[in-house]
Amino acid sequence: MQGIYLTIVLAPLVAAVIVGLFGRQVGRTGAHTLTIAGVGGAFLLSLWVLKVHALDGAAPFNATLYTWGVVDGLRLEVGFLVDNLTALMMCVVTFVSLMVHIYTIGYMHEDDGYQRFFSYISLFTFAMLMLVMANNFLQLFFGWEAVGLVSYLLIGFWYTRPSAVFANMKAFLVNRVGDFGFLLGIAAILQYTGSLDYREVFAAAPTLQGQTLSVLPGASWSVLTVICLLLFVGAMGKSAQMPLHVWLPDSMEGPTPISALIHAATMVTAGIFMVARMSPLYELSETALNTILLIGSATAFFMGLLGIVQTDIKRVVAYSTLSQLGYMTVALGVSAYSAAVFHLMTHAFFKALLFLAAGSVIIAMHHEQDMRRMGGLWRYLPITYITCLIGALALIGFPGFSGFFSKDALIEAVAESHLPGAGIAHAAVLSGVFITAFYTFRLIFLVFHGPERFREAAGDSHAAHADHDAHDHHGVHEPHESPWVVTLPLILLAIPSIIIGAFTIEPMLFGDFFRGVIQVSHAHDVLGEMAEHFHGPWAFLLHGFQGPAVYLAFAGVASAAYVYLINPAVADFFAHRFALGRVVNWILLHKYGFDALYIQGFAAFGRGLGRYFWQRGDVDLIDGRLVNGTAQRVVAWAAKGRTLQSGYLYHYAFAMLIGLTAMLGWMLFIR
Amino acid sequence: MDMTFTSPSLWPAMPEIFLLASVCAILVIDLFLPPRWRHLTYGLSLMALLVTAAMVLRLGQGLEEPQVTFSGMFVLDRLAVVLKSAALLVTGAVLLYGRDYLRERQLDQGEFYLLTLFSALGMMVLISAGHFITLYLGLELMSLSLYALVAFNREQSASSEAAMKYFVLGAIASGMLLYGMSILYGVTGSLEIETVASRIMEQPVGSLPLLLGMTFVVAAVAFKLGAVPFHNWLPDVYQGANTPVTLLVGSAPKLAAFAMVMRLLAQGMEGLAGDWRDLLMVMAVLSLALGSVVAIAQTNVKRLLAYSTIGHIGFLLLGVLAANPMGYAAALFYVLIYVLMALGAFGVLILLSQRGMEAETLDDLKGLNARSPWLAAVMALFMFSMAGVPPTAGFYAKLLVLDAVVDQGMGTLAIVAVLFAVISAFYYLRVVWQLYFEAPINGSAVVASADLRWLLIANGGLVLLLGILPDQLIRACLSAF
Amino acid sequence: MITLSHYLMLSGVLFVLSVAGIFINRKNVILLLMCIELMLLAVNMNFVAFSRFSGDLAGQVFVFFILTVAAAEAAIGLAILVILFRGKGSINVEDLDVMKG
Repeated sequence: MQGIYLTIVLAPLVAAVIVGLFGRQVGRTGAHTLTIAGVGGAFLLSLWVLKVHALDGAAPFNATLYTWGVVDGLRLEVGFLVDNLTALMMCVVTFVSLMVHIYTIGYMHEDDGYQRFFSYISLFTFAMLMLVMANNFLQLFFGWEAVGLVSYLLIGFWYTRPSAVFANMKAFLVNRVGDFGFLLGIAAILQYTGSLDYREVFAAAPTLQGQTLSVLPGASWSVLTVICLLLFVGAMGKSAQMPLHVWLPDSMEGPTPISALIHAATMVTAGIFMVARMSPLYELSETALNTILLIGSATAFFMGLLGIVQTDIKRVVAYSTLSQLGYMTVALGVSAYSAAVFHLMTHAFFKALLFLAAGSVIIAMHHEQDMRRMGGLWRYLPITYITCLIGALALIGFPGFSGFFSKDALIEAVAESHLPGAGIAHAAVLSGVFITAFYTFRLIFLVFHGPERFREAAGDSHAAHADHDAHDHHGVHEPHESPWVVTLPLILLAIPSIIIGAFTIEPMLFGDFFRGVIQVSHAHDVLGEMAEHFHGPWAFLLHGFQGPAVYLAFAGVASAAYVYLINPAVADFFAHRFALGRVVNWILLHKYGFDALYIQGFAAFGRGLGRYFWQRGDVDLIDGRLVNGTAQRVVAWAAKGRTLQSGYLYHYAFAMLIGLTAMLGWMLFIR
Repeated sequence: MDMTFTSPSLWPAMPEIFLLASVCAILVIDLFLPPRWRHLTYGLSLMALLVTAAMVLRLGQGLEEPQVTFSGMFVLDRLAVVLKSAALLVTGAVLLYGRDYLRERQLDQGEFYLLTLFSALGMMVLISAGHFITLYLGLELMSLSLYALVAFNREQSASSEAAMKYFVLGAIASGMLLYGMSILYGVTGSLEIETVASRIMEQPVGSLPLLLGMTFVVAAVAFKLGAVPFHNWLPDVYQGANTPVTLLVGSAPKLAAFAMVMRLLAQGMEGLAGDWRDLLMVMAVLSLALGSVVAIAQTNVKRLLAYSTIGHIGFLLLGVLAANPMGYAAALFYVLIYVLMALGAFGVLILLSQRGMEAETLDDLKGLNARSPWLAAVMALFMFSMAGVPPTAGFYAKLLVLDAVVDQGMGTLAIVAVLFAVISAFYYLRVVWQLYFEAPINGSAVVASADLRWLLIANGGLVLLLGILPDQLIRACLSAF
Repeated sequence: MITLSHYLMLSGVLFVLSVAGIFINRKNVILLLMCIELMLLAVNMNFVAFSRFSGDLAGQVFVFFILTVAAAEAAIGLAILVILFRGKGSINVEDLDVMKG
């Protein structure tokens, strides 16, 4: 098995390295063939691994493959922990990645950075696999940083656009904040357990209960709570939870395939995966769980609202991703880890689908992303339309679709929870259902239905967006369906978006799938309580009609239809005509002021402070006295030293003789 | 008088005998070859080296105890196996790297290959020496061939100047070595290294004649390594010789010189370790200082790499002066990694020197990334490795040496070494800067034949791989002592 | 009575002379080659003397090898000298200063 795991991890890496280094030699065809072969092979093997672990019931694999070094008893290792959770993640990652690889052939075919792009996404797949397969914190951190690195590279893929460079920088800086917490958390784990190995840390965790440390004088905190919260800060950065969410919408500056792969389906769910993996730790700290619950609820509710006012098609989907990540975080908070991972999986499929469909629309519109300039596209893009509709239905939790099962189970788990924040969370996730349905179908109606606004917009939009792409100069054009390499992944993703929920809800949430992987203490076991009422997916479907969620979703769709199809004046009225509407609209358009606070507040203050220290400290003292002083001294020595090498043979011989004489004198007379 | 004559076991020396026979055969074959058939000489030479290396490795399999033959003159132990196979493979790589360069300049004459093979044979004899005579013969065979190789480009006066300097200074070093050996011979009454070692143990501590002999030998060894103050030949020879010859001088002979250190100091004068370690310590610090500081003022890459070599030799000496198996193993690891890096760095220079244009100055490296990204990446890798940046092999090499030194309670020495390593990082990173952030002066693309490119990539890959997975090699180095 | 120390002193003097010759001489490269020969002869003197007074023949055998190698060395040295002269038109030690620093 070890060989198979290694192959899964290394196949994308090898492909990425070859294509990255020899992009020119392998050519475009070679680049996509190689990387698709690598990722495709990894996917097939992952499926087999899932079969072996989930169906045949193989014992979890946990072994160290290579010890990189031993420092003071701390082992720095590379190892794999493969159990049902890992196998599931591996399948999701490699499947979505494979789809995105295929899709990219069509999406990027005019781009100069074709090979570079394939190399990056293959490299990303490697890093993500390293992350999910890690059996220790060091490797987890490696994967964590590596996926981050590729994400920055890809956000700034079109590095000639200032907006892309800005987004890139923003993602980097915000993630540094998260990683700082994450690293501190890992350091705390090392400090208190003396190990970085999952198994050893989990075994040692119960002994940490009751231990306290004082971060600030006078206040003593539970060690476990501190560790859990620090690790969660890392998850907040990576999984874009409020208030570290600001980078994700801007990351849409990157090409659409990576929005689907990295910023929707896989990397951003790394935080969710990490918390689920660490369930033995989180179960021991109710404070941490409650914090997670509240942050998740806030993200789910407020980020959903922002989706309503966005006009860029990708940004709507991006805010929807934020909101859905909030849902998963809420599930983590109520200890329904399985439900979080379940939603993670279904979300990966339908959100990747939505992004890729959005990308297909963008191709058809010649890189136009403003929904106000679309409309009526269903006639021209039938496959994109149907698959996008499937994704939207899955997202809003339409009964029978995969999203329905995961979201309904999640909402019910929140309802069952007894945590102090569960009431607020329940209200947030329920109202979130309405909001989700509203903005999702706003997108569908604006893009695919209504009048064909792209015709009248053609003239002025091209002048305004000429910098987007050279192809904007075509004049009025008929949108047409994308090539098969684009539509095939859409269809392949649409299938699991419909059915995967019904098939997997029973084993994943109420069965043995996560036994021994995810630990839930009895007091928090909300899924266990739900399992008593669970009588198969069909009954669950019917039961769904007894709760409010389904009706809220319908209401959301109906409102969207009324506002955007039947009576468009309503939207305008709410946004501009009456006072409260204007205020709310203003707040939403300014994204609650997070960007302003960070950019004009923290960043400006930091730059000001930095400038002060730079002038006073760095330029005057360190550069002037220490660094430049030392450097000048060394350079002066270098110039002096080279005159010793006079070029004359007799000087060289003399130097040897002096050396010999000095050595003889020392050895024979001085000692 | 006892006239019975038992013939010695030839088996341990089979690779040397084979190589000698091959060189003689190639010598004759080459004599009758028309110039357009010269690639045959090249092919045969490469083959001879590879077959010899294979024979060495075959002999080394399962070798537990050292095999001694020719009345103690020839020793085959695990150290010899590691060093000999490495030296042969490195020499083979030199031939490969140099092939196109020499061909373009019509320098690919049979003499080049023959002299290279003879120097390889000299290295092998030196590495396996169990006796002062074999050691001296091996050393001279290697050195004389190298002198001739440095002077090989007769059109360039810099070459002959470098050769003359190398020759005269080398001859002085040989004289010192012989003088030291003669004193040791006088005190111990033997030329066999093992006997010398045991007789030295019997001598009183601080015996002046022994210290006299030892100092001469240490000076000679220091010359071969290129340690300060016996380093002056190095920059001039590196600069004056053709790049393929520089590549040879800078790589495999360092392995032989390391063997010389082991045979003479570690084995032959084990009893004087307390004395020679002091000498080595001073030379190590001087080498580190000079190597890292003076390199900063260089604009010629070959000279820069020469000073970098001096700095590396300082690090190597640190491992040796720990004077225990761990230190020796660290030094062995260091010298192997150093040779790999030097091979690669000069290999890049060779690939860059094209059609009458010699790539020698830092200006020639400017903006290499724009001309050939993979070449720039490989060069940057070697620079990072030389600077000791993880996860390259250079990092592990430095780490092991420092570990061995600290283990011996010489923490201050380690701190000094790290300090100079930091200074030297400056000029390595400056090279990387030139590669990536300067505009190219010569914008032409780099042409390189496929096998050279793969060799260079494999070379770079090895430096990276050994930085990530150094276990195997470290274990091999530890088992050699 | 000539003792071992006399021989050693003579060889020591020869050795020092030869080394001094190498770095004091700033004119002719051929003188350098001669000094090198002298140095090897000094060493040979040492070996023969030690061998004679200890009764061990190995030292004298070594001398033969040294002599042979010295011949080869002289050949190489002179060859380098020839091409040096061809390139520079001079065998003056002071002219060997193209490379420095």
